[in-house]
Amino acid sequence: MAQFSLPQNSKIDKSAGKHFPAPSGARNVQTFKVYRYDPDTGANPRVDVYDIDMDACGPMVLDALIKIKNETDATLTFRRSCREGICGSCAMNIDGGNTLACTKPCSEVKGDVSIYPLPHLPVVKDLVPDLTHFYAQLASIEPWLKSDTAAPTRERLQSEEDRAKLDGLYECILCACCSTSCPSYWWNGDRYLGPAVLMQAYRWLVDSRDEATGERLDALEDPFKLYRCHTIMNCAKTCPKGLNPAKAIAEVKKLMVERTV
Amino acid sequence: MSLRSPLSRAKGLGSAKSGVHHFWMQRVSAVALVPLSLWFVFSVARLAGGDYAAVEHWVSAPSVAVVLILFLGATLYHSLLGVQTIVEDYVGHEGARIAVLLLSKFVHLAVAAATIFAVLKIALA
Repeated sequence: MAQFSLPQNSKIDKSAGKHFPAPSGARNVQTFKVYRYDPDTGANPRVDVYDIDMDACGPMVLDALIKIKNETDATLTFRRSCREGICGSCAMNIDGGNTLACTKPCSEVKGDVSIYPLPHLPVVKDLVPDLTHFYAQLASIEPWLKSDTAAPTRERLQSEEDRAKLDGLYECILCACCSTSCPSYWWNGDRYLGPAVLMQAYRWLVDSRDEATGERLDALEDPFKLYRCHTIMNCAKTCPKGLNPAKAIAEVKKLMVERTV
Repeated sequence: MSLRSPLSRAKGLGSAKSGVHHFWMQRVSAVALVPLSLWFVFSVARLAGGDYAAVEHWVSAPSVAVVLILFLGATLYHSLLGVQTIVEDYVGHEGARIAVLLLSKFVHLAVAAATIFAVLKIALA
């Protein structure tokens, strides 16, 4: 359902934010404004302000968050793992755009760095959104190879040209930056599968070794699951891996027409 | 509060097995509207400054009346499909969505009937 304003208990309490100044003597200070929400207190979310000495901090936004957690405020909660843009854990909204904190340099942000959780998802705590539905939607498209032919005794062979069709699709790390930047996913995320999941669906539709193409298209042909995509292109613009989910969705729509007309 | 599993919720009622027709017809009507719209705008511009009788005379030509009816049909069909998309995007409540979609269909049909009747009335007078 299109919901254009936050519920009362999700609105940011502007008076509640705390300020943590940089240590005295710091000369290269950058300010981080971080969304904070603690479900245990029952209080509304707030924005805490941390001034960081960048001469004593790594270059990426994730470095700054880890520095805050280690040295300033251990209660700050966020997901992180690989710190090199391959696990997708630290996806969050930085400076107004969804991206990975570990591959986003602080220097790319002019002025203060505002950090929020991925938009339009329930917030578990601070920068940790609830991705349960997103993962369930991924499971619903059955993202694995399906074949009725008896399994070969060796690898399933694929020509170089067919393998090349997976380029630009297999690199997706499922960080959910694209889906949570998509207005269609905001308004109809309960039914619309969103760019990340639809790109995975296409990844299996074009896989030459997969034999369930028809069934996969059957499962996608739906005004809400697929056709909520209106090529808004936020997905391609925000993807931290430089992929283009909108193009993959357009290819799915072309396959739908191809088998009808 | 529901204890349904996340996967059950994500699968929902399954695929409607429709949507491609709507998508395709939106493109087909869009393509048809390219020449039809150009023709309409050009024709109306040429009638600028003309009186009621001049417009009536223009519509009464059989070729004009036929193309005009095609233009009206394509426009209203394209509009119907477009409005449906917008309603599905923004009206989340199931009952409200069905009501607005029905209203949109009726209004589009009524406007189509009225406008096409108007053309025919002049053309066949």
